[in-house]
Amino acid sequence: MSDMNSNIPEGELASKWTKYKSSVPLVNPSNKRTIEVIIVGSGLAGASAAATLAEMGYKVKCFCFQDSPRRAHSIAAQGGINAAKNYQNDGDSIYRLFYDTIKGGDYRAREANVHRLAEVSANIIDQCVAQGVPLAREYGGLLDNRSFGGTQVQRTFYAAGQTGQQLLLGAYSALERQIGMGKVEMYTRHEMLEVVKIDGKARGIIARNLITGEIERHFGHAVVLGTGGYGNVFYLSTNAMGSNVTAAWKAHKQGAYFANPCYTQIHPTCIPVSGDHQSKLTLMSESLRNDGRIWVPKKKDDTRKPSEIPEDERDYYLERRYPAFGNLVPRDVASRAAKERCDAGYGVGASKLAVYLDFKANTERYGRIEAAKAGNHNPDKETCMRLGTAVIKEKYGNLFDMYAQITGENPYETPMRIYPAVHYTMGGLWVDYNLMTSVPGLYCTGEANFSDHGANRLGASALMQGLADGYFVLPYTIGAYLSKEISIKAIPTDHPAFVEAEERAVGILNTLINIKGTKSVDHFHKRLGHIMWEKCGMARNEKGLKEAIEEIRALRAEFWSDVRVPGTADELNTELEKAGRVADFIELGELMCIDALNRNESCGGHFREEYQTEEGEALRDDENYAYVAAWEFKEGVNFELHKEELKFENIKVAQRSYK
Amino acid sequence: MSTGNMNLTLKVWRQKNNKTKGALVDYKLTDISPDMSFLEMFDVLNEQLINKGEEPVVFDHDCREGICGMCSMFINGRPHGPKDLVTTCQLHMRSFKDGDTIVVEPWRAAAFPVVKDLTVDRSAFDRIIAAGGFISVNTGNAQDANNLPIPKMQADAAFEAAACIGCGACVATCKNASAMLFVSAKISQLALLPQGQPERYRRVQSMVAQMDAEGFGNCTNTGACEAECPKGISLENIARMNRDFASAKFISEETV
Repeated sequence: MSDMNSNIPEGELASKWTKYKSSVPLVNPSNKRTIEVIIVGSGLAGASAAATLAEMGYKVKCFCFQDSPRRAHSIAAQGGINAAKNYQNDGDSIYRLFYDTIKGGDYRAREANVHRLAEVSANIIDQCVAQGVPLAREYGGLLDNRSFGGTQVQRTFYAAGQTGQQLLLGAYSALERQIGMGKVEMYTRHEMLEVVKIDGKARGIIARNLITGEIERHFGHAVVLGTGGYGNVFYLSTNAMGSNVTAAWKAHKQGAYFANPCYTQIHPTCIPVSGDHQSKLTLMSESLRNDGRIWVPKKKDDTRKPSEIPEDERDYYLERRYPAFGNLVPRDVASRAAKERCDAGYGVGASKLAVYLDFKANTERYGRIEAAKAGNHNPDKETCMRLGTAVIKEKYGNLFDMYAQITGENPYETPMRIYPAVHYTMGGLWVDYNLMTSVPGLYCTGEANFSDHGANRLGASALMQGLADGYFVLPYTIGAYLSKEISIKAIPTDHPAFVEAEERAVGILNTLINIKGTKSVDHFHKRLGHIMWEKCGMARNEKGLKEAIEEIRALRAEFWSDVRVPGTADELNTELEKAGRVADFIELGELMCIDALNRNESCGGHFREEYQTEEGEALRDDENYAYVAAWEFKEGVNFELHKEELKFENIKVAQRSYK
Repeated sequence: MSTGNMNLTLKVWRQKNNKTKGALVDYKLTDISPDMSFLEMFDVLNEQLINKGEEPVVFDHDCREGICGMCSMFINGRPHGPKDLVTTCQLHMRSFKDGDTIVVEPWRAAAFPVVKDLTVDRSAFDRIIAAGGFISVNTGNAQDANNLPIPKMQADAAFEAAACIGCGACVATCKNASAMLFVSAKISQLALLPQGQPERYRRVQSMVAQMDAEGFGNCTNTGACEAECPKGISLENIARMNRDFASAKFISEETV
């Protein structure tokens, strides 16, 4: 059934990467100096790749839309980064990380890629510590770990609730070092608007200088997209306001297949929506589920304060349904369980679309431990709570502050109210084992590609994948392509392909400015988000998806005839930037629904109501859907399906169980 | 809770680009919810301006959860507004009263030129980091992370300095537009860790030299930077930087 070649090397799973890495053709140092690589995006996947390729001797240009590479949205990742170090001596290993990731992804990821990810995970921690990333430590001076969902070991490294920030600043400092040495040319406040293809190969990009509006042409022997995920298609998500799909979507329109677009991760623990004014949702890290217990009242429409509801009238539904993993079930499972309780009428808070995340029991437990350390073996409750609160504060202080700031409530005293929200997208540009898309010379790394998380990503694995791709995978695999390009001289940017790509980009900008319609870009974005959340969100069905496709098509037509973009294209124009991004989100939204409609099964984050077990768990159809759906863009916003069959030779495919 | 009952007058700095002069412009807003963030209140303003056919106010923002460091509004004379330890995006309208007049300006410093309206150019910070805010270790050269135990207190202190988000509030609030809190936070993070020792004195000299070249002012110990820093970066870092800078002068082989 497969018509895609993933270029997975032959051989035993455990030795594939080592063998392949030592046999990838090399580019000699003098040739590297004349080979130019363009990196779009400066998050973990982009910055780490840019720094590493420059260290290796390539000429690198790196682009980001923010005012500094340090602001990329990787910075907002809170909880941690996984690595198979087994520092806790709890039985962790490369195989176990590999196994957990494949199972967590509901058997919809590629074995070889995931095993490689687990193999290099330990190197990432070493690299970051060497850069001066201040990861949390124990009193003995060694690194500390915590647990994340979908695992039974402690393999998550962290820096309070700011792990993404610290890892990104590490990658950023490596990148700035190369910029200072003149080996990377950095283009901030630039947005990629087109891929330039010459003789079928990616040879550069068209970018817009967001300050002056100037359109620029940049040549590269290869182009790497590390441009993040597309969660903002839902309007409300935990993504940054500027996070967008435009670079990936333009690449898609130039021949890069888009894989598994319907796999979106709805994160279970976010601060609930408070009103129509809301512009984004804020995540409360999954690490909180180490110490927070999730519950709703046993009684429907219970309006009592949480403190007034006695223990035996609370339903700790995750602990009840999944005793083996309890509050640490994977994200998709936890999200659906919260939705199920709220839909059944047990939700809390003004909107009734929330559940409690309660730290009291563990605060008390920590307090007891602290008291015992100080020699008090029979502490009173107040002492326990006081000492325990200090422990909780050290672990999650910034998250608690953020919660208090947004909701006006004190989470040390009253349980947090949380609800699922769009957080991450497992789908993305299809890539082979080398991380190359279906366009030769065009690579894709990090969240922007589809490769490692299957239908559901485990917590603390996004940082791992971004840095694995950028530090330890792409710098090797790109050699397989570039070693054949050493005779290609830099192509002048007056080549007709550059002219044509620029005309396409400018044409879209001018069209958007000249519609002069009546409704703002945000108006359309909100409507798109509403359709996507209602019909292609946490639960999907055939009827809803068919309706969504029609509604999105109508919305697209309306957008292109009635959007209002003030100002001109030759200045800093944030509405024009947003308009281009929303135009791409609308097309992507349609493809997501088409993909969700095509996949007649439930798996991971993709839950089709028609396909569930008697207990309401996702019901896969391995016979018919154990494939990656890779969509090819066709003229006039149409899509053709290609399939990459997933072969499981090392793991026995089973019904996922966290009971 | 979608609409509220707060009525506000905004005085917002409007400036077309760095070649033209700017001015404060008055805007009236009604029915603002106390649950909105300050930036969501600006979203409401911009939606109104667009609907009237006017150009929206341009301001920097991205993550809206207080960590990317992009938002940068000078609100009623204070960077990030009236609350301590929050960025503009985490400031909520419940911190204001119905009927308030709120003045909103960009960061003001010679080294942070205005780009448009409330957006300024902070690339000077990147150039300071590029001058030495790193440990020179190429990918693939690292030893096992636990081969280098670091006392928890030291690691925690480095982490506290590393919490800087590079927003520039310290510069904006300083009467001298000094960047010493920002620069010293990075210098301290690396000076507190064993990995940072080999380049410690070279680093402090390179970064301070770049800071001066960018046109930031000097420190006169008023402490406004620490008071306004949304991440609570301590003045102790400046003291540490000054000590290292003075020491570096006596370590000739490390002089750059």
